This record gives sequence, structure tokens and C-alpha cells, in this order.
Amino acid sequence: MPTNADNTNAPRSIVSIADLSKEEILSLIRLAAYFEERPNSKLLDGKVVATLFFEPSTRTRLSFETAVNRLGGRIIGFSDPAATSTSKGETLKDTIKMVANYADLIVMRHYLEGAARYASEITEVPIINAGDGAHQHPSQTMLDLYSIYKTQDRLDDITVTMVGDLKYGRTVHSLLMALSHFRAKFNFVACDELRMPEEFRLFCDRNGIEYHESKDFSPEVIADTDILYMTRVQRERFTDLMEYERVKDLYNLEASMLDAAKDSMRVLHPLPRVNEIAQDVDDSPKAYYFQQAKNGLYARQAMICTALGMDIRI
Amino acid sequence: MESKNKELAVAALRNGTVIDHIPSSALFKAVDLLGIEKLGVSVTIGNNLESKRLGHKGIIKVADTEFPPEVLSRIAIIAPSAVINTIRDYEVVKKEPVSLPDEITGLVVCDNPKCVSRNQPIPSRFEVIDRENVALRCHYCEHELRGDAIILK
Ligand SMILES: [Zn+2]
Repeated sequence: MPTNADNTNAPRSIVSIADLSKEEILSLIRLAAYFEERPNSKLLDGKVVATLFFEPSTRTRLSFETAVNRLGGRIIGFSDPAATSTSKGETLKDTIKMVANYADLIVMRHYLEGAARYASEITEVPIINAGDGAHQHPSQTMLDLYSIYKTQDRLDDITVTMVGDLKYGRTVHSLLMALSHFRAKFNFVACDELRMPEEFRLFCDRNGIEYHESKDFSPEVIADTDILYMTRVQRERFTDLMEYERVKDLYNLEASMLDAAKDSMRVLHPLPRVNEIAQDVDDSPKAYYFQQAKNGLYARQAMICTALGMDIRI
Repeated sequence: MESKNKELAVAALRNGTVIDHIPSSALFKAVDLLGIEKLGVSVTIGNNLESKRLGHKGIIKVADTEFPPEVLSRIAIIAPSAVINTIRDYEVVKKEPVSLPDEITGLVVCDNPKCVSRNQPIPSRFEVIDRENVALRCHYCEHELRGDAIILK
């Protein structure tokens, strides 16, 4: 739930992007920019951060742990639950209660949906959700927002084209929710099986957000776009494998498709990619996905300091 | 016929509670939710009675018992049409429809097999997001439940 203004410097959990108000998102963006200028500091001197990965995710864990290290903090935790008492049947509650005795902040990833919300309600130690099943992954959304802000110089009035798996892709759903604060416009490009779910189309309608749906991924749909957000179409998402074979290459991006795009347009992708972005796109100045991943470091530094309630004068 | 049935039913009770307009299909779930089996008071249960509103309805009369609001609000999950009559000294002193609470804890099973509430020893917890059509949202995984997806523990 959003905290009120005089509470902004109290420690707080960040479980879902929906927990953050527009002002809180903007304040995290400003902090991320601050850390990009000064990634190394002693701000976390004397602090212990626990990274609890009940499900392995090397990419996310390395990003969080680098963020803590560059801020001068210490890390405890585990990257593989097989080595812990969780595998002996210890409850999530008991693990969290035990770790809360030692750490000032807990960064956790869990395969169960709602695990981070639950954890945040059984301890006073702030929790950052580093992914709970297919549910929420707010640090991915914050790095997406920071990447948009950096490349477009603003968050307001952005036209975003989302391509690929719009049904199961939690990153596109969270980004959609976050951008609803900023008068964004959307193009949803997907096949029928992976169409943007009704609950999010209704969300757009309720919030006066303009969107267009298309099954065709064409240069025309990219032409008025500021951000082209690519996602992976995965075989296991399909009930009908014939349908998968039919559509699997329809949502791939090639460099030639970018010719008509605006100069300021940038291509984002949560990574890892397979072949939905052709190798020849990497050389385009419009490709931004590698820098995007790097922005995750600064976005996570901002989230860590905010969760700890640190008062940083910019 | 319906009104005569009801009069008879209500008249038979000196003190207690009559829960009326329960859909027939939900009657025995309602009996279960109220914990009537353990009460040891006189209970009359009628089912498949004619009803203009529901086609067929069930009714439960419990003597010498008034249920706390949190117990009655559970009935609303399975029978949003139910009406609670409170009887004192043969008079209906209160007659009101059941109403859903803002939050339902420990009663409903989340339909998401990956939900933390189904895999850890914790009670389920739902926010009521639509009273009229009975829609619930899981406090943990945020799955929304409607109609047949709402399964009681
Ligand atoms: Zn749930």
C-alpha cells in the first residue's frame, strides 16, 4: 500500500509495483540517476542485506548483490534452497523469522506467488520482492522505467509497443500498470493465444489509457512508437502446438524493420532473448537491451536505499 | 403457497434465527458453515421449497440461537440471496439480507496452485472486490475468484 508523505523515510517493503505511488516511482528514478553518477559509496556501511533465493536466478541475484557491494554493504543468504533447511521442510515463516534476526533488509525470490507479500507481513524487516513465481517482479519494472526515462528524457506521454507474449509476460503487465500514472499509449502486438488479457484491457479502459491491438508485427506499427518492448514467445505457453509453429516467427524483430522508426525510438527486452530479436538489430543505435540490463544495477541501488528508509539528499 | 410456508416456519419458533432464501444447492453447505451439528438445540431444515425468486429454496430454523455477524456473513459467500430473520418471543424483530464482509479469512481456497496460501501453513485471505456478483481477490497472489471458482475449505 502506498505510504504517506511523512513516512517516506521509514523502512518499507517493496512487494509490487502497485505499492508505489507516482511520486515514489519518480523519486526512485531520480535516485537511480544519482547512483548512475556515483555507483560506489559507503552508504550501506554497517548494513547487512540478506538475499534469499528460494528459486535460483543468477541474473537477478548478481544484480542485487552488486548493488549492495557497490554501496558498501554486507551480504548474507543463499542462492540455492537445496542447501538450506527449506529443503528439510522448514516453513517460509520460520526461515524469514530467523533471517530477520540478522539482516537489515531481505531481498527474496520465491517460486510461490504471494510469498513476498506474506513475508512482509510477518517481519518488521523490509522485504524487496525479487520475483514471486509468475506474479510480481518490481525491480524489473523499475529498470524498465528508468531505461525509458533515460532514453526518452521523460516518462509522460510515451507510446509503447509491446510485442510477443502479452498473456503470460508479467513484465509487460507490471510496466503497463506503472505507466498508467504517466498518460502512456500502447500498441499490443500478439497472436490470439497470447493476447493481452481482458483484465488489463479493462484496466486501460477504466483509466482512460488508449491502446490498439494488432496481430500483425509490421514496420507501420513501429513508426509512431517511442519504446518497442519485445518479449519471448515460448513454446510451452501454447495448448495448440500447430498454432505455435504457425506464429513462432511472426513476432521476431529484424534490423530492416527499424528503418521507418523515429530516431529516438529504443528497443527494450527483459532478456534473455532467443531469436525474437535478430543479431543484426544489436548494431542498431536503437537497440538498448544491454544497457537496459545495466540500468538494473542503479534501479536496484535506489530500491535498496528506499526500502531501508535512507535519507539521501540529491 | 410460499408465504404460507414461511409463516408456518417462522411461527413455530419462539426464539432463534431463521435463514431463508438459501438456494437449494447451497443449503447443506450453509448448515455446515453455521456449525449447526454441534449446537445441540432444536433445528429444522427444509429444502426444495417453492420460491418465486429462486425456483427452489432451502430454509434453516435454529431455536434459541442468534449467530454473530461474522458467522452470518460467511453464508453470503455461498448464498448471497439469503435473508436472516431474528425471532424473539414469536416476533420477527429483525429481517435483513446477508452481506459479504470486506475480507474473508480461512474459508475459501485460492484456485491458484502456486499460491503461497496453498503451500504454506497459513489461512487463505481474500478481499471482496464485488459484493453484488460475489468476486474475491486473493490477498497474496491476487488471483480473482468468481462463481464456481469459489470453493470453500
Ligand atoms: Zn492466492
